Amino acid sequence: MSQQKKRPATKMVPVQTNAIVPDRDADKSPILECHHLGIDFGGLTAVNNFNLMIGRTEIAGLIGPNGAGKTTVFNLLTKVYQPTRGTILLDGNDTSKMNTEQINRAGIARTFQNIRLFKEMSVVDNVLVGLHHEMDYRLPSAILRLPTYWRGERIARERALELLSIFDMQDLAETKAGSLPYGAQRRLEIVRALATNPSLLLLDEPAAGMNPSETSELMDNIVKIRDLFHIAVMLIEHDMNLVMGICEGICVLNFGEVIAKGSPDEIKQNPVVIEAYLGKKDGKEAGNDG
Amino acid sequence: MEFLSYLISGISLGSVYAIIALGYTMVYGIAKMLNFAHGDVIMIGGYISFCGMMYMGLNGWLALVLAMAVCTVLGIIVEGLAYRPLRQATSLAVLITAIGVSYFLQNSALLIWGATPKVYQPLIPLTNDAGTPNALRLFDGSLSISYISLLTMAACIIIMVGLTLFTANSKMGKAMRACSEDKDAARLMGINVNTTISVTFAIGSALAAVAGVLLCSFNPTLMPTTGSMPGIRAFTAAVFGGIGSIPGAFLGGLLIGVIEAMAKAYISTQLANSVVFAVLIVVLLVRPAGLLGKYVPEKV
Repeated sequence: MSQQKKRPATKMVPVQTNAIVPDRDADKSPILECHHLGIDFGGLTAVNNFNLMIGRTEIAGLIGPNGAGKTTVFNLLTKVYQPTRGTILLDGNDTSKMNTEQINRAGIARTFQNIRLFKEMSVVDNVLVGLHHEMDYRLPSAILRLPTYWRGERIARERALELLSIFDMQDLAETKAGSLPYGAQRRLEIVRALATNPSLLLLDEPAAGMNPSETSELMDNIVKIRDLFHIAVMLIEHDMNLVMGICEGICVLNFGEVIAKGSPDEIKQNPVVIEAYLGKKDGKEAGNDG
Repeated sequence: MEFLSYLISGISLGSVYAIIALGYTMVYGIAKMLNFAHGDVIMIGGYISFCGMMYMGLNGWLALVLAMAVCTVLGIIVEGLAYRPLRQATSLAVLITAIGVSYFLQNSALLIWGATPKVYQPLIPLTNDAGTPNALRLFDGSLSISYISLLTMAACIIIMVGLTLFTANSKMGKAMRACSEDKDAARLMGINVNTTISVTFAIGSALAAVAGVLLCSFNPTLMPTTGSMPGIRAFTAAVFGGIGSIPGAFLGGLLIGVIEAMAKAYISTQLANSVVFAVLIVVLLVRPAGLLGKYVPEKV
């Protein structure tokens, strides 16, 4: 798209076999490591042998044709599904014993492909649900309305408005979330996820249904969030302008398996990826060096 | 004047129904299940306060606190043992379990306290030591409102307002509303759904204890089946007002109470229940989601 700005390419460096992270993250341990991750639904293998490493401040893309298993990977990372095989290390810690709620508290937050806001609640209340654990008062003080309750609620509310102001949404705080326009609902989902104080933010098709100018604004905002919060972002997206424009490392999934990994330029050139997206050229075998 | 006094007795009875209905509606709103054992928690609350007064020598108010504490714990235990394992099960399985819990509580009470009705000491005696009724007399004594009625109405309003504020403003209230809309999304935002549902049951059961004490103060015979009929009427009230809605439960409770009192006064004592349920059917035909409930059409 014409609005897209050219960003300087990040140099990607290998840190371990089969894994690359941005060079600025090379001396830090990765925030997320997946080793041989897989899940079967009955006889169907939805994801198999998924290996991935994400740097501390990387913006990573997960792409692939429809039905490739991208959202399944997100569901595995957030323990909506329990993996059949493999391990997930978050900040070096094994997450196999954690449930969805504990995963979130350990530092993974996400948005959804089909928006799942609390539609009947106000915008600020949606964010405050994300800030649940930031409020340290206990149940009795909420019932008796003790000063700790008022203090906790006040601080959390200020924080919620501050988070909303990243997307210029502080004036919409009291609006019902369900009555926001589509683009604003998507932005609110990101704010709500950020409220849980993640170290890895998973965005499932953040640009779905957005027009080019909204997408371009979203791209700026994703980079802004990364720079502001110093967190890693992993996104599933079909909009190649967005993926190629802001993702530093890209992982391509097809039929539940990783078929290619690399920087945007490498992925663009990769014949296996082109084949997966466009099909095989007549009479020519695509190379298999992804 | 006669009409006014019927109206007031209807409102005070309705206030008890409203307090019970609040428990039904909160549990339904958050856990999406009908807790048919709720009525029996009322009965347990009545027996506990009875025991507190009879055997432990507590005064009425301390007995009320004791009943609330015991019922809160009971609610959490019932939820944890009977309903939590069925979180992913069909709603029919949960409903049958709830009916099972209801019979379990009734028969446990029968086993512990026997079938003979106990005579309950009202929280505020109906007459004072001098034999005059404990009541507020208005219009030169032509209208008298007993203190227990006033207390019930006040308790109902305080509980309604308190619950509304609690769910609107506290973090647990927000977690409850989040769970009520989308449990998976709430979980992904770091909300502990099981704890939230436990707290809901705890609050609902504590309210049931309050309702039990007030109910027995009106109607001082206590049996293992004391809770069933008010439980069903309060359930009706919750549906009437729009199940899942806190103001709906309040409104539904009051209306059911008033309709019952009016039907008893002007139509027939025997037909009172029929009238109540006939009105319910008519309301549901016109507004399927209840008076304040939200009708959500299915997207096609």
